Amino acid sequence: MRAFAELYERLDRTTSTNAKVEAMVEYFSVAEPADAAWVLFFLTGRRLTRLMSVRQLAGWVGEATGLPGWLIEESYARVGDLAETVSLLLDDQSRERRASDLPLHRWLTERILTLGGMTREAQREAVSSWWSELSGRELFIFNKLLTGALRVGVSQTLVTRALAKVADLPPAAIAHRLMGAWDPTPDLVARLLRADGSDIDASRPYPFYLASPLETAVGVLGDPAEWQAEWKWDGIRAQLVKRGGVVYLWSRGEELVSDRFPEVVSRGLALGDGTVLDGEILAFRDGRPLPFAVLQQRIGRNKLTPSVLAHAPVVFMVYDVLELNGADIREQPLSDRRARLEAASPMFPASELIGASTWSELAIRREEARTLGVEGLMLKRKSSPYRAGRKRGDWWKWKIDPYSIDAVLTYAQPGSGKRSGLYTDYTFAVWQGEALTTVAKAYSGLTDAEIAELDRWIRAHTTEKFGPVRAVEPVQVFELHFEAIQPSGRHKAGLALRFPRIARWRTDKVAAEADTLDRLRAFLGEVR
Amino acid sequence: MSEPLLNLTPAGLYCSRGDFHIDPWKPVPRAFITHAHADHARWGMGSYTCAEEGAGLLRRRVGEAANIATVRSGDALRVGDVTVSFHPAGHVLGSSQVRVSDGREVWVCTGDYKRGDDPTCAPFEVVPCDVLITEATFALPIYSWAPGEVTAREILAWWDEGVRRGHACVLFCYALGKAQRILGELARLVDRPVYVHGALEPLVEAYRAAGVALLPTLKVTNAEKGRRFAGELVLAPPGAYGSTWLRRFGDYETAFASGWMRVRGNRRRQGFDRGFSLSDHADWNGLLTTIAECGAQRVLATHGYKDVLARACREAGLSADVLSTEFSENDDEGEAT
Ligand SMILES: [Zn+2]
Ligand SMILES: [Zn+2]
Repeated sequence: MRAFAELYERLDRTTSTNAKVEAMVEYFSVAEPADAAWVLFFLTGRRLTRLMSVRQLAGWVGEATGLPGWLIEESYARVGDLAETVSLLLDDQSRERRASDLPLHRWLTERILTLGGMTREAQREAVSSWWSELSGRELFIFNKLLTGALRVGVSQTLVTRALAKVADLPPAAIAHRLMGAWDPTPDLVARLLRADGSDIDASRPYPFYLASPLETAVGVLGDPAEWQAEWKWDGIRAQLVKRGGVVYLWSRGEELVSDRFPEVVSRGLALGDGTVLDGEILAFRDGRPLPFAVLQQRIGRNKLTPSVLAHAPVVFMVYDVLELNGADIREQPLSDRRARLEAASPMFPASELIGASTWSELAIRREEARTLGVEGLMLKRKSSPYRAGRKRGDWWKWKIDPYSIDAVLTYAQPGSGKRSGLYTDYTFAVWQGEALTTVAKAYSGLTDAEIAELDRWIRAHTTEKFGPVRAVEPVQVFELHFEAIQPSGRHKAGLALRFPRIARWRTDKVAAEADTLDRLRAFLGEVR
Repeated sequence: MSEPLLNLTPAGLYCSRGDFHIDPWKPVPRAFITHAHADHARWGMGSYTCAEEGAGLLRRRVGEAANIATVRSGDALRVGDVTVSFHPAGHVLGSSQVRVSDGREVWVCTGDYKRGDDPTCAPFEVVPCDVLITEATFALPIYSWAPGEVTAREILAWWDEGVRRGHACVLFCYALGKAQRILGELARLVDRPVYVHGALEPLVEAYRAAGVALLPTLKVTNAEKGRRFAGELVLAPPGAYGSTWLRRFGDYETAFASGWMRVRGNRRRQGFDRGFSLSDHADWNGLLTTIAECGAQRVLATHGYKDVLARACREAGLSADVLSTEFSENDDEGEAT
């Protein structure tokens, strides 16, 4: 537990990606395998199911310390995070402590995971006695584990980089192995880091290759004949894997979504064994995509009733073939892969290729995007392999609305009128070096359900209050759209956005992935 | 008895039977000063009286021309109808509680204080009293300090990491008290020179002049041009954070030593690389212990979470209220640099 707590602290206190990678490399180089597996479980954003509410813990702390409820509330108001408050209250420096350093995996398997089968009273006794063995940040981590809310400030990419360093393997190999379903068993890390890669779990997709936004004039891409253009569809990017007679559908968020899209899976059964397709799941009717909100009915918690299936019909629009007849063909040029795509997957619509002999011709086609309900064009270099992650250079998204950024929610304020009492007025920021700079306020764009959920989150993650305004932990990322951008002396960022609105809550992104002020400044350069 | 021994007036805490104020915030003829922090020792008093050990620092604060009388800790002064004495408060060098008695009732005004060990000043002395006027800067049960030596070892580990990795370690701390305490705590563990910001140097010297053992210090401004500070510990006042003064250190990490650093949100929001929870104020247990040990039946709380402390005292069966003083609510953040 202590080693994990130290790692957590090191990751928590720095915003430098190199320092984070270094901390993880040092941890995984010496960690006990059984512990390392659990650490990896948490670092990759996996969570235990919540065993108890943090309010429950606060009640027990009251009993354990003899502190009255009002004093716990006063403390909470100052700290802003109830689990941290509970930990600080328990971490009384003058109390007796039974020093112990039980390894993390034993904390989990012999203790925390056994709580689920206990009565409340037995849980209280167990938790209270374990508290007396812990101090400082260990208490904090333990309490966060109990409430299923442990969150480590590190992205999957950084974890992958660190493990690749430890194993001396390319990051793509680690990324591939980290994907999909695995349990934190003691052999996990050895399996992830092993030099030989033959026994990769049959279900696993390849790491997604992600396009970068094209922010310069399209002409810099050179000869248009070297590029393949397709519409940029706004759905759920997914890989369909057919191996051993089974079909697996993976979303970009590395979630197995097969059960949400049974019609795609049943069609996929007709694919040859050893096939992996890259494509987009789209809500689609009468030859046109339906709004993203329709597709959202198919994800989330809703039960897939016949009515939902009828309201939100989907297709899997294929882009690329990555594995054919059991062979990984990602290194072949895109033009070759594309040539084999349609024959390999006749049951799925293939993304239309937009022919154009000049860039200006293509720019004119791009104008059709709005009427087609797509976001613009994708430009892919015909000679490109299928790479891993966001490697710039070969795949570009040339969006019709150039003004789209990912920003971090930093402050919230209650709205007035119908939604008074709910936090509906948001302030957003982008990165300027390692700090966040406010760039926009936005009020609209979320559904009522999202507003309610965000409102709860804001209340639980407030770091400071200034009158009605709450500063929140910089965690939530939103895609903002806006119409224009202008230099501005009145705004700290030096620029002002016109009509900013929330396009989407990017729950798939971490704050570090939000955009930078430099990117916004680049927009400004274009305008002038 | 009609009138209380000490009353809150627009100028500060006042004793009519002795005709003097304690830590007044407006000019008055006679001021008794608990310690030299800016919110307690202000300009323009007709005369100042403080404990012997604190006179040097007080003079720096209120000027060479000020009329300052000193008194030995524990010695009783007859002032009008009352006796007044100073007793160590353990906050900074020379910091004292002021005890006032009319022979029937004893009032103690703690000023700022802490109960933990500090190599740079005399330890807090429990003074039995009927009425205690206590500070409440950190009066929440989340505030609980580890011994200074434990925190000093954490600072040393951070410094050693800087030595290993070859970057400077810039530690921000209040100029009077905290900086010297860090130098004093570290002097018990190592013997290496520490660089200090120009604003700290005279205060460090004042402590040395009073015979307090500190690590040797070098002035940042005296370092030759182009000097690299790899592996050096640098102490600086909080006001220097974010200023161009920092540029000279090239590759550096920053840290802040303050009781507020105990809360993660404070550490993260302020953007320091590290936060060391080190305070010269009493923590929650320190406050409650003091109230219990001095035997006061009535408690008046000032500074910070005074409402919380007063309510906790009332729930423990004492008579308690808040005193709305003009002392800093926020530790010594208002401290001039
Ligand atoms: Zn003070
Ligand atoms: Zn003070």
